Amino acid sequence: MSTEPRLVQGNEACAEGAIYAGMRFYAGYPITPSTEIAEILARRLPQVGGKFLQMEDEIASMAAIIGGSLTGAKVMTATSGPGFSLKQENIGYACMAEIPCVIANVQRLGPSTGVATAPAQGDVMQARWGTHGDHPIIALTPSSVKEAFELTVRAFNLAEQFRVPVILLMDEVVGHMREKVTLPQPGDLPVVDRVKPTCSRENYYPYKADSDKTPPMACFGEGYRYHVTGLFHDESGFATEKPEIIDWQLKRLHEKINQHLDEIITYSSEETADADLVVIAYGGTARAVSRAVKLARQEGHKVGVFRPQTIWPFPEAAIGELAASGKKLLVAEMNYGQLLLEVQRVAAGRCEVHSCLQSNGELTLPDVILTKIREVYEHAPGN
Amino acid sequence: MPGTWEVRLSGSGGQGLILAGIILAEAAIIDGQNVVQTQSYGPAARGGASKAEVIISPEEIDYPKVERPDVFLGLNQESVLKYMTGCKENGLAIVDSGLVNHVPPSKARVYSLPITETARKQVGRELVANVVALGALSALSNMVSKESVTTALLRRVPKGTEDMNRKALELGFGLAEQALISAVVGEN
Amino acid sequence: MLPEIEQYFRLEKLPHMWCPGCGNGIILHSLVKAIDKLCLDQDRTTIVSGIGCAARASGYLDFDTLHTTHGRALAFATGVKFAKPELNVFVLTGDGDCTAIGGNHFIHAARRNINLTTIVFNNNIYGMTGGQYSPMTPNSCRATTSPYGNLERPFNLTDLAIAAGATFVARTTTYHAKQLTDLIIEGYKNKGFSLIEVITHCPTSFGRQNKMGTPADMLKWQRDHGISAMRYENLTPEERADKFIVGVLHKTEAPEYTTEYQKLLEKLG
Repeated sequence: MSTEPRLVQGNEACAEGAIYAGMRFYAGYPITPSTEIAEILARRLPQVGGKFLQMEDEIASMAAIIGGSLTGAKVMTATSGPGFSLKQENIGYACMAEIPCVIANVQRLGPSTGVATAPAQGDVMQARWGTHGDHPIIALTPSSVKEAFELTVRAFNLAEQFRVPVILLMDEVVGHMREKVTLPQPGDLPVVDRVKPTCSRENYYPYKADSDKTPPMACFGEGYRYHVTGLFHDESGFATEKPEIIDWQLKRLHEKINQHLDEIITYSSEETADADLVVIAYGGTARAVSRAVKLARQEGHKVGVFRPQTIWPFPEAAIGELAASGKKLLVAEMNYGQLLLEVQRVAAGRCEVHSCLQSNGELTLPDVILTKIREVYEHAPGN
Repeated sequence: MPGTWEVRLSGSGGQGLILAGIILAEAAIIDGQNVVQTQSYGPAARGGASKAEVIISPEEIDYPKVERPDVFLGLNQESVLKYMTGCKENGLAIVDSGLVNHVPPSKARVYSLPITETARKQVGRELVANVVALGALSALSNMVSKESVTTALLRRVPKGTEDMNRKALELGFGLAEQALISAVVGEN
Repeated sequence: MLPEIEQYFRLEKLPHMWCPGCGNGIILHSLVKAIDKLCLDQDRTTIVSGIGCAARASGYLDFDTLHTTHGRALAFATGVKFAKPELNVFVLTGDGDCTAIGGNHFIHAARRNINLTTIVFNNNIYGMTGGQYSPMTPNSCRATTSPYGNLERPFNLTDLAIAAGATFVARTTTYHAKQLTDLIIEGYKNKGFSLIEVITHCPTSFGRQNKMGTPADMLKWQRDHGISAMRYENLTPEERADKFIVGVLHKTEAPEYTTEYQKLLEKLG
C-alpha cells in the first residue's frame, strides 16, 4: 500500500482497515449508506485470498459471519439501520456464544426506511440494547476517515481479544466523506489475534476462563469437537437451566468487559483543561462541534470538546470527572437525546447538562451549535 | 492559491459531479493541500439535483460540508435554484449557459459558459461536460494548478479515454480564458 | 446402541430429550450409520442445527456442533462451509425451522448449490412449542393453532428444492430407516446442495391431535403411504391421491459454490 497521501472515503477506510486487521471473511447484504464497504471488499478480498459472500438477507449475513468465525477467520458484516435491526438476534447469539466478529453500522436517518442517504445517529441506544437479554457490548464511533480505518482495526482487535461482537458505529457523514489520508503501513498499528487453546481435546472446556474471563477459542475442524449454542451453557458448552451456572456465565460475560474498561475505552479531549463548558459529540457531529468550538474560543468563551471513540462501554469515568469538576456539559448529537441520557445519568446533578439535538437528515451546522454555546453562556448565573 | 476554498458542484445525478469533485480534491492533494469531499444526493442515481462539495485548505479541515461557497458550479436549472444560495461575495459562480436560463441574484461573479455544448460539439461527448466544467472552474479560480488537475484527471479516467478527457479539460481552460478576456473587455 | 456407532455420540448427554415414541432418534441413528459407512473424519465434520426438537440432535453428536438460532441453520452452515470448504457439513433442521422462518435461507442455499447435506426432520408440526401448524402441516389437519383444521396448503418441499436449484433431492420416512442411511450417503456424495426430507412421526403433538394412533401406527401409516417411484407409476390418479414417493427424486450436476469461489481465488492468486 502506498505511503503517499490519497483521497479515501470513510467506507473505503473501513474496508481497508478490516483487511489490514486480518479480516478474511465478509458476508453482507446491500444497504445504503454502507454498500461501498461490500463493493470494495467484493473486489479486494479475493485478491488477498479472502472470502466475500453476498447473502440473501441481513439475518443470513450475520449468521454466516458467525459460522465463518468459528472456523478461525476474522469476520465482518456491514449494514445500516434497517439491516442493523434485522441482525440483532444473531448479534445476541454472538454475545452468548462468544464469537468474535465486527458489525459496521453506517447510520442513516430512521426510524424504518427513513431517508437512506441522510445522516443520523439514532442507533446509539440500539447498539447498546438492540438485542434481547442483558449483556455488555463494545461500540466504537469514528469521526474522520483516518479514524474510520484506525477504529476498524481496533474493532477487530477488541473482538478477537474479548471474543465479542464489536459494533463500528459510523454515520453517513463519515461513511461517505472523502479525506486526504495516508493509510498505515503493516506494523504501524497493532493487530490482535484470538487466543487458541493449547490443551488437549479432553481438557478443553470452551467456556472455562481464567481471571481475565475470556476463554481460549478453538476452531472448528481442529479436533476439539465442541458444542456451540445460544442456550445458556456451562463451561463445557452444553445447555443448562441451573440458575447458579446461568448466573456465573452472565456475570462472566459482563466482567470480561468491565474488568478491562481502561483498555477498551478511548476518547479525545481537546481544550477541556481550562474550559468551563465542554461539548460532548461523536461521529460526524463532532466535526461541526470542532468548528463551533473554535469560533466560540474566538469570541472568548472557554469551550472544550470531549469526543468518545468508544461509545460503549460509555466513558463513564472521564465524563464523571468533567461533571465533578463543575464544568458545564453540552451534548450534540443527530438524534433526540440518546447519549445525552448517559451523560445526564453520569453527571447525576453535579453539573449543568445542555443539549443540541437535531434529526432532520442533515449534518448539524456549526452555527447551530455555536448559537447553543452562546445561549449556555447568556443564561449562566452571574452573566 | 493560498487560503481555504469551499467548492460546491451541482447538477443532476448522472452528470459526473461527484467524480469532478474527487478529481478536484485529488488535484489539491497533489498541490499539498488538505481536502475533504462530501456529497448529497437523493435516492435516484439519475436526474434531480445533486451536489458534490470540496473543501481545500492548507489547514486541518473540521466541518466537512460547504457553508458558503467560494466557487459554485451549476449544471442544471434545478440545482442552481436549490444550491446557489450563500455564495460568498467576490465568490465565483459558473453556470451552464445552455441548461440554466435563470440565475438568482448573487454577490458572486457569475460566468455563464457553454459547458455542455462545448462537450457535445467539440469533444463529441456530452458525457465529458463535467471535465469541461472542471477545467473552467479550476482555471477561473486558480485554486489548483493546471498541471495537478490534469494529472489527477488522467489518473481517474478509464484507459483509452485519456485523450478525450484531456481535450475536454483543455477546452474548459479555454472557456475560462475567453471569459476572463471578455470580462476585462467588458470592464473597459 | 451398536458399538460401532457409539463413538459418534456424546454418550454422557444421553438419554435424549425427545418424547417416548418420537421418530427423531431413528433419523439420528441413520445419520450416524451413514457417517460411519462414509468413514468421515470425525474431527473434520461439522453438524449445524437450528431451533426446535430436531435441532437438539446436534448436542448428542460428537463432532464440532453448532446449535444456532431459529431458522438460520443453513445460513450459519453456509458461513462454516464457505470459510472452510474442506469440512463436511451436515445440517439438521425441522419443518418449521427450515420451511417457515428459514424458508429464504433454504431456497438460497439450494440456488447457490453450496455443498451442504441437509436433513429436514418433517414431523408436520411445531413440536417443541406444543403443536402449532407449520408450512408442512397437511391441509385440514389439526394443530393447536388450527383447531378447526388447517386452512393453509403445505409446501411440497422436494419440489421447492428442485425448483430452487438443489442438485440432490430425496424423500423418505422414519419407517424406511435403512433407505434413509443410503440416501444420506448419496446426498453427502453429491457435490452440491442435497436435501433429504424425512417424514418423521410426532406422536405427542401431531399424532394425538390428528388421531394417528400409537407411534407404531404412525410408522405403519408411513409404510403404507410412502412408496417407491416404480410402484407409484403403476397407480391410478385416485390411488396416488394419499401416496408419496420415497427415494431419490432428483439428481443433477451443477457448479458448486465453494468450488467456483476457489477457482476465482486461484485465478486471482
